[in-house]
Amino acid sequence: MTAVRTPTLAAAKLVFQRDMTLAWRRWDEVAQPLIFYVVVTTMFPLATTPDLSALRVIGGGVVWVAALLASLLALEALFRADVEDGTTEQWVLSGQPLGYLLLAKVAAHWVLTGLPLVIMSPIVGTGLGLPTSVWGVLMSSLLLGTGTLSILGGIGAALTVGVRRGSVLLSLLVLPLAMPLLIFGSRAVSMQMDGDSPAGPLQLLAAIFFMALSLGPIAMSAAIRISVEN
Amino acid sequence: MVVDGALFEAREINAWRGDRHILRDVSFSVRPGEFLKVTGPNGVGKTTLLRVICGLLPAEGGELLWRGKSIRGRRDEFNFELGHLGHLNSLKGDLTARENLKFLAGLRTTLTAQTIDATLDRVGILSRGDLPARSLSAGQKRRLALARLLLADAALWILDEPVTNLDTAGIRLVEELIVDHLEHGGLAIAAAHQRLLDDAPCLRRLELEP
Repeated sequence: MTAVRTPTLAAAKLVFQRDMTLAWRRWDEVAQPLIFYVVVTTMFPLATTPDLSALRVIGGGVVWVAALLASLLALEALFRADVEDGTTEQWVLSGQPLGYLLLAKVAAHWVLTGLPLVIMSPIVGTGLGLPTSVWGVLMSSLLLGTGTLSILGGIGAALTVGVRRGSVLLSLLVLPLAMPLLIFGSRAVSMQMDGDSPAGPLQLLAAIFFMALSLGPIAMSAAIRISVEN
Repeated sequence: MVVDGALFEAREINAWRGDRHILRDVSFSVRPGEFLKVTGPNGVGKTTLLRVICGLLPAEGGELLWRGKSIRGRRDEFNFELGHLGHLNSLKGDLTARENLKFLAGLRTTLTAQTIDATLDRVGILSRGDLPARSLSAGQKRRLALARLLLADAALWILDEPVTNLDTAGIRLVEELIVDHLEHGGLAIAAAHQRLLDDAPCLRRLELEP
């Protein structure tokens, strides 16, 4: 039997499909960040004031903080199960470029946890008094922001997967790196609301995203290789 | 100088685990059709040696040669010809047996439903193909991991305690699979405590001493 070697793109697709299939069977775990996001943002009007004009001032920031924390929540377990059951070992030995496989896994993770946050953002934003005119900016800033966070978090999760109680370490690693996203993201929303052009912060977010996309796989594969050495 | 006809060769491999110098100048070579059985007491470094060969652990010195050339810098190429069955079965409990093969063995070689079924049949768990791997017995999980190894279509098999959890029929199956693999020009290196192909002419031993 001479077997045909799987092309790298097809291999990455298999990893993506696998995580989708697994998520479908464990949907309660996947839904957790989204529930957290909705709950936190709806608590703000209850705790502060129901006055929409007052909420509007902090609305963009609240949505962004909640999205950031919700993304972090889902990250810790990203690679844990795969490292513990030996799947990543087989990925390392598959003869495929490990970085692409891990990027595919992160992409699946983003579709399952980041994308729902983006889609829900107009609804939770409306609850915080954000006008419809900022929906576009809010969603596009979150689209770039959650994408970057998934990759940054992927690097952090890959580094801490071998560490016991890695979740604390993970937050310490990823949160400082996520601060520029938070600043540019909420700034873009508030600029749009004040009638200025949000192009500047959005372009910076895009630049950070593409930097993470190009360097992330290299960092993740190096970190996973260290983790399987144990 | 390459040992005559050897497809795989290890030269003076040294490895440390923490502050323990486990492997000291381990050298051996394997020819096509040979089965190298690594033996020795617990903790002597059998698994370490196998993981060093796979590149899952770094060696502190020495060299590995595949087809006469050092594998340094050619890991992905070498990995594609290497099939690894570790302590862990690398299965996802939530996926069915078929899906496990599709998503893991499929990363290496393009699989069809027929190849997957044929391989499941070969390891004797075809009737369990659509059950989640979680519900399989320990022995059946091991058989499923063996199916993944077969589908990898690799020339060099690295087996770490391949017969763990297997019944007598299962051990016989592993022996058959190895012999079959060797007859097709393959190589196998295994760490095993149990009897495994002990009287076969293809067997060579590598005794690790503490």
